[in-house]
Amino acid sequence: MTAPVIEFRGVGLTYPGPPAVAALRPCDLRVPRGEFVTVVGPSGSGKSTFLNVAGLLDSPTCGRYLLDGIDTAALPDRSRAALRGRRIGFVFQAFHLLPHRSALENVTLAMLYTEVPRKERLVRAREVLAQVGLAHRADAVPGRLSGGERQRVAIARALVGRPSLLLCDEPTGNLDSANAASVLALLDELHGAGMTVVVITHDPGVAARGHRTVTLHDGRLRA
Amino acid sequence: MTPPVRTTRLSARDTLSEALAGILRRPGRAVLTALGTVLGVGSFVAVLGLTATLSSRIDGRFNLLTATEVSVQDVAAEHDEFAGPAFPADAEQRLRQVAGIAHAGVLWTVRLDPGTAVGSLPTGAGAGAAEGGAGGGGTAVVAASPGAVAALAPTLRQGRLYDEFAERTHQRVAVLGSGVADRLGITTLATRPVVHIGQEPFTVAGIIADVERRPEHLLSVLVPRATAEELWGPPGPASASLLIDTELGAARQVAGLVPLALRPDHPEYLKAVPPPDPRVLRSGVTSDLSALFLLLAGICLVIGAVGIANTTLVAVLERTGEIGLRRALGARGRHVWAQFLTESAALGALGGLVGTALGELTVVGVSLVRDWTPVIHPATVAAAPLAGLLTGLLAGLHPAWRAARIEPAEALRR
Repeated sequence: MTAPVIEFRGVGLTYPGPPAVAALRPCDLRVPRGEFVTVVGPSGSGKSTFLNVAGLLDSPTCGRYLLDGIDTAALPDRSRAALRGRRIGFVFQAFHLLPHRSALENVTLAMLYTEVPRKERLVRAREVLAQVGLAHRADAVPGRLSGGERQRVAIARALVGRPSLLLCDEPTGNLDSANAASVLALLDELHGAGMTVVVITHDPGVAARGHRTVTLHDGRLRA
Repeated sequence: MTPPVRTTRLSARDTLSEALAGILRRPGRAVLTALGTVLGVGSFVAVLGLTATLSSRIDGRFNLLTATEVSVQDVAAEHDEFAGPAFPADAEQRLRQVAGIAHAGVLWTVRLDPGTAVGSLPTGAGAGAAEGGAGGGGTAVVAASPGAVAALAPTLRQGRLYDEFAERTHQRVAVLGSGVADRLGITTLATRPVVHIGQEPFTVAGIIADVERRPEHLLSVLVPRATAEELWGPPGPASASLLIDTELGAARQVAGLVPLALRPDHPEYLKAVPPPDPRVLRSGVTSDLSALFLLLAGICLVIGAVGIANTTLVAVLERTGEIGLRRALGARGRHVWAQFLTESAALGALGGLVGTALGELTVVGVSLVRDWTPVIHPATVAAAPLAGLLTGLLAGLHPAWRAARIEPAEALRR
């Protein structure tokens, strides 16, 4: 498939007022397969809106967004949910791990809705945990893991569904520098293996890791 | 147009295991949440069980003796004040044709003239009340046919009962209740003792030690019916009654037949009182005793439902991040809805199971202390956990709906 993973054609999002707020002004963006793009901007610049639109958590009010060449504008909610589950791997600043489940169970959760047989879920979750270097922590609950380990569990959860796009929202925001470095190294490694990675951050140091950096300022996207 | 991507699914098994994980990983919280259901279902089972136990107790008291007794009252005076005695003279012969009767006979308490008393010596006219009253005051004289005496189910201390021959020939014989014999100082029949009723001497044929019906007759002097009628006239209005000892199970049929058999011309002159129907007895007890308690148990269940609803709603708000995450992982609103509803229903069912067990323990415990036989209807045990499940299901409707409506973008911002 040659279609870019992300293709924005005049995509914008205005929250209806009053007063109407243009959180993301109409813009064009292409992220081809295998690219590592960072989206950088100060707080309030529309980063969250960009994440929500790119992650199909929110619908743009204008323009067309093609994910893997699929026009998402006309899709019903159930198909948008399916695209999220099957094509996008999310990594959040707050990790969003379920506190009472082991690392392994947290990873298997990503296959709960995508018709992966139960036995295969465990096998694949162990594989991916090994890939992020946490095979030995598979049975630990998040409370017993360091911040860096938690974010690596979250990345494993995002990867296990074999998505087209790894969409990371401030992945190092809650981490100290050593843990942040290990997480960024992991993202580099995944990109090296061919994964399309988009990282949203306010940190110029993190932004510099990308192939290409786009900036957001007051809702305006500049490539 | 077919969607370009296969929609996501959540199998029933996965829904259940996610719901159970939600409960079992937070056992303390689950216990507190389900407490209301436990109490509600527990009190339901306890009330129904104790009611069933009590009903069976009443069945026990409703024994062989009362089940085989029919008494027929003379109510002729209510219909016609000039009707005279309702029982025909040949009542006992007629009753022989009615199936299901073991013993039957007419009896009434004789109205003696003032000053006439029962004693060892003649009293009344000539002797004077003051002299003769010593032995007698308060002793009733009962005219009873031989069948009526047999229907009392007496146990003899000495002698024998009088028979049909004594009745037919108007013998002056009497059977004494043990209380009367003790008072008159009659200890043996070897001396052929005689009691006087007023001026009339009666030979004591036997002394009754005990009766199983109408124990008040232990303080009476029983004399043959024909003798009493000859001496003191027929029974007064509404004073005679017919006592019937029936075969087991025949009491209600006998009660229906007797008025017609004795008075085909005026069956309404006789009022047959059959033993109470045990089924009626039980349902009466059930409605009286348990209605209030069932209401209380219902209130408990409602409180339980509100408790589950409240805790589940709090949990939904608490788990907003989890809901957002699940939506990001491909869950549709209905998957989130199903998960929370299943969780709430499972909590209700667990509460129902525990409540059922506690309710049964209560019934068994109370029965043990009071020395009863615990009785719980199987339907109660089967239905109680279902009631818990239903409670949880109803309680989960609103929180699950709220959970399904949470916007994923909003939820993940936290």
